[in-house]
Amino acid sequence: MAWLRKEGNGVGSVTATVAPPTASNVILWFRTFGAIAGSGFRRYATYRQAAVAGAVTNTVFGFLRCYLLLAVAGAAGSVAGYDRAQLATFVWAGQGLLAVILFWGWTDLADRIRTGEVASDLLRPVHPVTSYLATDLGRAGWAGVSRLLPPVLVGPLFFDVHLPARWQTVPLFVASVLLAVVLSFGCRYLVNATAYWLEDVRGPQILWTLASGAFAGLYFPLPFLPDALYLALQFGTPFPSLLQIPLDVLVERDSTATQVGLVAVQAGWTVAALALCRLVQRRAERRLVVQGG
Amino acid sequence: MLPRQRPPGRPRPPSGRLAAYWALLGAQARSQAAYRTSFVVDLVGNVGATVLDVITVLVIFGVTRELGGFTFRETLLMVGLSACAFAIADLLVGNVERLPRYVRTGLFDAVLLRPLGALPQLLLMDLPLRKLSRAVFGLAVLVVAVGSAGIDWTPGRVALVLIAPLAGVVFFGSVFVATATVSFYWTESGELANSITYGGKDFTSYPVTVFDGWFRAAFAYGMGFAFVSYQPALALLGRADPLGLPAWAGWAAPAVALVAAALAATAWRVGVRHYRSTGS
Repeated sequence: MAWLRKEGNGVGSVTATVAPPTASNVILWFRTFGAIAGSGFRRYATYRQAAVAGAVTNTVFGFLRCYLLLAVAGAAGSVAGYDRAQLATFVWAGQGLLAVILFWGWTDLADRIRTGEVASDLLRPVHPVTSYLATDLGRAGWAGVSRLLPPVLVGPLFFDVHLPARWQTVPLFVASVLLAVVLSFGCRYLVNATAYWLEDVRGPQILWTLASGAFAGLYFPLPFLPDALYLALQFGTPFPSLLQIPLDVLVERDSTATQVGLVAVQAGWTVAALALCRLVQRRAERRLVVQGG
Repeated sequence: MLPRQRPPGRPRPPSGRLAAYWALLGAQARSQAAYRTSFVVDLVGNVGATVLDVITVLVIFGVTRELGGFTFRETLLMVGLSACAFAIADLLVGNVERLPRYVRTGLFDAVLLRPLGALPQLLLMDLPLRKLSRAVFGLAVLVVAVGSAGIDWTPGRVALVLIAPLAGVVFFGSVFVATATVSFYWTESGELANSITYGGKDFTSYPVTVFDGWFRAAFAYGMGFAFVSYQPALALLGRADPLGLPAWAGWAAPAVALVAAALAATAWRVGVRHYRSTGS
């Protein structure tokens, strides 16, 4: 923030984030949020070739993981409460959702903090957590078209998949995926925000990459683990809420009541993550001023 | 007629060339060791991915007794061969997967202008010393797997257990180079190469019998991944192939690796010749 002072424009003592307008206008807020999300969608929609390459890669890994889990189910035909069709749905929907929920490769905020460009984000009349979230929802929308559909359409051509049998599953799944996207954004924001304190965010990034892959249910369905460990992960960490829970809701592993409970766990983690994002952002802004002063 | 002059840019003598590569490598090592904390973090992070691969196998065998007709110890032998070969190939050649970025940014032009080979330069420009940890861990997994597999040792099998990982390194290295050449034709190919490199690593970590249909045919025999870990492991264990390949198929690993290396070298040459600068 030092450059602001040097310009001598007198903003040195102003808090970094512009104070929210006192007369809040909900409709205006939604229009702003929608406009930022729309621009996020358009921004990511320009990378069409990368989307094709990514969808092909997800599909190849869909085959690999699907054959593997079916072999685990083996002759018995079921493992850890999943039958063969449920395993196939678990794998193919998981490969499709991977890019929608987005675990890896998002360093936008950390890059902008390092270069100092984040200063211009702080001067905007929208809270940075809100504006980055809107952009991320736009990104997820584009990924839903370009990355979710290909594996979800290819999988059933080669494997018997489980389709939802109860109508309640569909709205619950949609809510579950939305929560997973917002929660994933919150986690990624927090990991990126460590750049306010650390010069090099590779450490937190690597930890996040390893933990999210292993504990979200990407490498293997988490019910393969001993029950106590799985429950500890589910309630004690946000990771299963990122992928395992949406997929369990989709394959109807549990009753409707349990599905609602799982989505509630996700909602709890999502609210906590966003609140933590805002808290961290406020602390970081104080520090930024100290550092720049 | 004047006597023909040597062109000014004549190739340096071999010793000078080696010295140049050595200087590139030394510069890399120094620059990476300068940021000590980052380097340690990277070492830990890199080993983490392979540790997770092994944990995945452990978890899978926690819920099943056999996988595709193979026990845990037999599968661990394949995991060890695959992890060891992949990690060492990734350390030595894996950097070539940055080629798309070099092509996009135009840095590849600078590489081509220097009087050194393009491929060795690319590999040495950012030799990822941080991947050492993964290679060491891969080797450790192989040692443990070989020790616990109950192999009935013969001179032939002793030779095979040494040759097979080396052939695997050459094979994976060829796969890294061959898939990277796609970016000469398709700059925005992004993570496409991963589906063969990392996909191949996943494929070779499990018995080929796990997979099925044209997918198995394409990966195992079409691209030759069966000869990285599955066939050598069968030969070491003295097991007949449930899929019907003869017993000597495990010994074909070096030949398959050499064919792969030849194909990769050809693909690289054709790709470099095809390369047109992005012009930026």
